[in-house]
Amino acid sequence: MALHFELVTPARLVRSEDVYMVVVPGAEGEFGVLEGHAPFMSTIRDGALRIYRSEGAAPEEIQLQGGFAEVAATGLTVLAEHVEG
Amino acid sequence: MASLKELKGRINSVKSTQKITKAKQMVAAAKLRKAQANAEAARPYAARLATVMGSLAAKITVSENSPKLLAGTGKDQVHLLVVANSDKGLCGAFNSNIVKAALVKARALQADGKTVLFYLVGRKGRAVVRRLYPKAVLAMFDTTDVREPGFAEAQKIADELVALYDDGKFDVAHLFFSTFKSALAQDPTEQQIIPVPAPKVAASSSDGAVVEYEPEEEAILAELLPRYLRTQLFGALLENQASEQGASMTAMDNATRNAGELINKLTIQYNRSRQAAITTELTTELIEIIAGAEAL
Repeated sequence: MALHFELVTPARLVRSEDVYMVVVPGAEGEFGVLEGHAPFMSTIRDGALRIYRSEGAAPEEIQLQGGFAEVAATGLTVLAEHVEG
Repeated sequence: MASLKELKGRINSVKSTQKITKAKQMVAAAKLRKAQANAEAARPYAARLATVMGSLAAKITVSENSPKLLAGTGKDQVHLLVVANSDKGLCGAFNSNIVKAALVKARALQADGKTVLFYLVGRKGRAVVRRLYPKAVLAMFDTTDVREPGFAEAQKIADELVALYDDGKFDVAHLFFSTFKSALAQDPTEQQIIPVPAPKVAASSSDGAVVEYEPEEEAILAELLPRYLRTQLFGALLENQASEQGASMTAMDNATRNAGELINKLTIQYNRSRQAAITTELTTELIEIIAGAEAL
């Protein structure tokens, strides 16, 4: 029941891990991605990405700037131009 | 024959040159490791972006309404050669190889009756291009004030290129840089960057499901194209840095070794002349002694 999540910037691979849920700041609204999400692609706006390691856990926030997210059978990939922290 | 003092001076001067080349070689070796790590760290992003581009491009048919960056201007007259060089020398034939590749392409394009323009990144290589094509240098990008060109610089270059493209200054852009293979081999590489060549689609229909897009495909693609261009330039800059350090390391290694050989040769010559001098001195003294003894 884990979602494979990858966060990549031009400079490095920031995250590559299995998590419970990720909430992405999409260009047309935030969306949460759980395991088994339908294939989906969206651009993202500047904002906070929230990672829930397990159900009900406190989220970890990462500030993103520009980029897009892709959900495929292999998991969620977020390509961000710039990541803070 | 040079005097003993002259020889001694030459040996010392070669020795101090050797110290410089050796220091530069060690600096390059340390920087190479870092540049290589940087280039490797940038690969996942480029690879993922290329996959996404590929799957998007496969879904969209290129028409007149497609973004200009993908479809082109419909002409093939003015070619812009983007030449990425370094700012520093002491790296063997690194810069001249890249410029040479660009000039070959320029000549081939001109033979076909096309117009050739240049966009120069980095300080080296400016002189040659300006001498041969004084009127064709469209713009130059200065990287001397940053220590190592990074994503910010790639972004600036990409933005400038897109602005020039939108102004109709050129129809096709080629990028010239050096691909890093190893410290011994760097390949001058040519790549078309505008219009963006559709990445080869690796038939990623493994999931088979219909992908939903938000906003729709065209809008995403329009946002993706400049991003893709930036990433390609960034990758080229990183490859260039690694290549520069590799070339520098090899060139300085050769220089250090040559200096060593020269020192050995000069030392032998120095010792020979010293011995010759001693022998002559002894012989004259001996003759005097013998002559003196005979006189007794």
